[in-house]
Amino acid sequence: MKIYLMIDFGSTYTKLTAVDIEKKVLLGTSQFFTTVQTDIREGYHQALKKLYKKIDPAIKFDKTIACSSAAGGLKMAAIGLVEELTVEAAKRVCLGAGGKVDLVLSHHITKDEVLKIKNGNIDIILLAGGTDGGNQECVLYNARMLGESELTIPVVYAGNKECHDDIRDIFAKYNINGYICENVMPKLNELNIESAQSVIRDIFMSNIIEAKGIKKIEAEIDEVVFPTPHAVLKAAELLSKGYMHEEGFGDLVLVDIGGATTDVYSIGSGSPKRSDVILRGLEEPFAKRTVEGDLGVRYSAMGIVDSLSEEEIKLYNEQGYDLVREAKIRSSQVDSVPLNEHDSNVDRIFAEISTDKAISRHDGKIEPVYTPIGTMYYQVGKDLSNVKYVVGTGGVLINAKKPKEILQKVSFTLQKPLELRPQNPAFMIDKEYILAAMGLLSLDHPEIALKIMKETIKTII
Amino acid sequence: MDTIVIGVIGADVHAVGNKIIEYTLTNEGYNVVNVGVLSTQEDFINAAIEANAKIILVSSLYGQGEIDCRGLRDKCIESGLDDVLLYVGGNIVVGKQDFVEVEKRFAQMGFNRVFPPGTPIDDVLPIIKKDLDELR
Repeated sequence: MKIYLMIDFGSTYTKLTAVDIEKKVLLGTSQFFTTVQTDIREGYHQALKKLYKKIDPAIKFDKTIACSSAAGGLKMAAIGLVEELTVEAAKRVCLGAGGKVDLVLSHHITKDEVLKIKNGNIDIILLAGGTDGGNQECVLYNARMLGESELTIPVVYAGNKECHDDIRDIFAKYNINGYICENVMPKLNELNIESAQSVIRDIFMSNIIEAKGIKKIEAEIDEVVFPTPHAVLKAAELLSKGYMHEEGFGDLVLVDIGGATTDVYSIGSGSPKRSDVILRGLEEPFAKRTVEGDLGVRYSAMGIVDSLSEEEIKLYNEQGYDLVREAKIRSSQVDSVPLNEHDSNVDRIFAEISTDKAISRHDGKIEPVYTPIGTMYYQVGKDLSNVKYVVGTGGVLINAKKPKEILQKVSFTLQKPLELRPQNPAFMIDKEYILAAMGLLSLDHPEIALKIMKETIKTII
Repeated sequence: MDTIVIGVIGADVHAVGNKIIEYTLTNEGYNVVNVGVLSTQEDFINAAIEANAKIILVSSLYGQGEIDCRGLRDKCIESGLDDVLLYVGGNIVVGKQDFVEVEKRFAQMGFNRVFPPGTPIDDVLPIIKKDLDELR
C-alpha cells in the first residue's frame, strides 16, 4: 500500500487529503483551523487526528507534501516600465506564481514608493522593464533605488536581458538578495512566465515559508512546495488539458471564493472567436489567474460593500438585508458560520457580488471600432464565451445550498454586453475541497490526480 | 541595433504595406517592432518606450491620417520620448491635395519626415540612415 498525504495550510483552515496511490482513490479529507500564530503544527495535528477517525489508524503516509497560503500568503510587489506592458506582464507572473500583488509600480519609482515596499510586508519584489534590447535606463534606475534603500527582501530581476551585467553589479554593490531570470516580456506583447515563476517558487520554498513560521512543519512532513493558489492553478490546468489517455474537460473557468480574496482562474487560449475581432495588448497566459483582495466573504466583506453604489445597498435593504451591518459582523468575526436562513442568504448575496465583480475584472472585453469596411471590434483579454465548464470551490460555495445560483453570476449577461463571459457553461462544484491537494499530487501522479478530480467534481443542476 | 516602431494608425486595416515595411527594414538590419494595423497613438508610444526606439514610423492609407496623428508628438513628449523621430507616410489626407501644404501641416504637428503617396520604402532607407547618423 502506498499512501500520500497532501496538506493545504490555508489562511483560515488547514486541510488534509489522503490518497491511496495504488488503488487510485481518495481515502478521506479533514480540516482544522490554521494555527500559524502560535505553532502551525498544532492545527496540523488536530486535523490529522480528525483524519484518522475516517481512515484506518494503522495507515502510515509514504509521502507528505504541502502548499501554503497561511500568514498572509505570498505578498509581492511588481515593478515594470509601461503600465499596459511590462508592469502588466510582471503582475501576471506574480499572480500565476500564486502571489498576492499588493503593490504595482511603473516607470521610475520614488522614495515614497520604496517606503511603501518596506512598510508593506512584501515577501518578494519582481523587477521588470524594457524588452530585450529595449529600454535599460529605467530598470537600472529602479534597481539602484531598491539598493539605496537597503532592502533585505529578495529581488527577482526579469527585465531587459542587456542589463544583466549591470544588475549583477548593482546587486553586489548594495548587497541585495537578488536573482536574475529571463525577461517577462522579451518582445513587445510577448509574455514569458516560466523562468521568473520558477525562481519565485524556489525563493518561496527556501526563504518565505521559513520567515512565516511554516518551515517548522518540515521536520514532520516532506516539503512545502507551492503557494496554495499555484497548486490550484496546476490542478485546474490538469483538469482542463487532461493527461495521456485520460481526457480533460477542455476550456474552463474556476472561481474560488474565500474569506479574504476571490480568485478566478481561466484555462484556455481565449483567442477571438469571430473574424471581425482584432486582438490587442499583451499576450494572455493560457492558464490565467486573477485575485481580488477586496472581495471576500469574511476578512474582506467590507470591500464587497464598498464596491456597491448607495442605490444598490438601498435595494438590498428593501429586501431585508442590511449589508453594511452584515459586512461589519463578518469582517470582525472571521470564523463565523451561518446559523440560520438569513445568514446563509447574506453569505450567498456576498458570494454572488464577489463572483460577478471578480469575473468582470478577469474576462476579456470587446470594443467597437468603426472602419471604412464596417464595424470591427478590438478584443482586450481572453474570450471566455465558449468555455464549457465553470467550477466552483471555497467554503462559501461548497457549503451553499444552491451553489449554482452563485456560480451563474459568471455567465454572460445582457447588462454587460461587451464582456466576453461564458455563454452557456455547465456548473460544477469541488464538493470535497480537494483542488489544491490534487495540484500537489499532480507533481508525482498527474493521472491519479486527474482521475480523482473527475470522480469528485460533479455537475450541479 | 537601432529600433524602429512601425504600424498602421487609427481605424485602418491596410496590412500589406505594413508587412513590406517590416520585411524591408528587418533586412536592412534594424530591430523592427511592428504594432500592426488598427493601432492607437498609445500603442506606438508604449512600444517605443519599452523597446527604446529611435524612430516611430506611422502609416495611414485611408485618408484619416491627419485626425489620427494629431497630438502624437505632444503625447511623445509627455511620455518622455522627446527625441524620438516621427515619420508618416501613405495616403495621409483626403483627396488630391498639394503635398507641400500637407507636409507643412504634418511638420507643424511635430513630424520630422512626411512622405507623399506612392513613396517606396526603399527610397526612405537612405533618409533613415542619415537621420540616425545625425542622432549619434
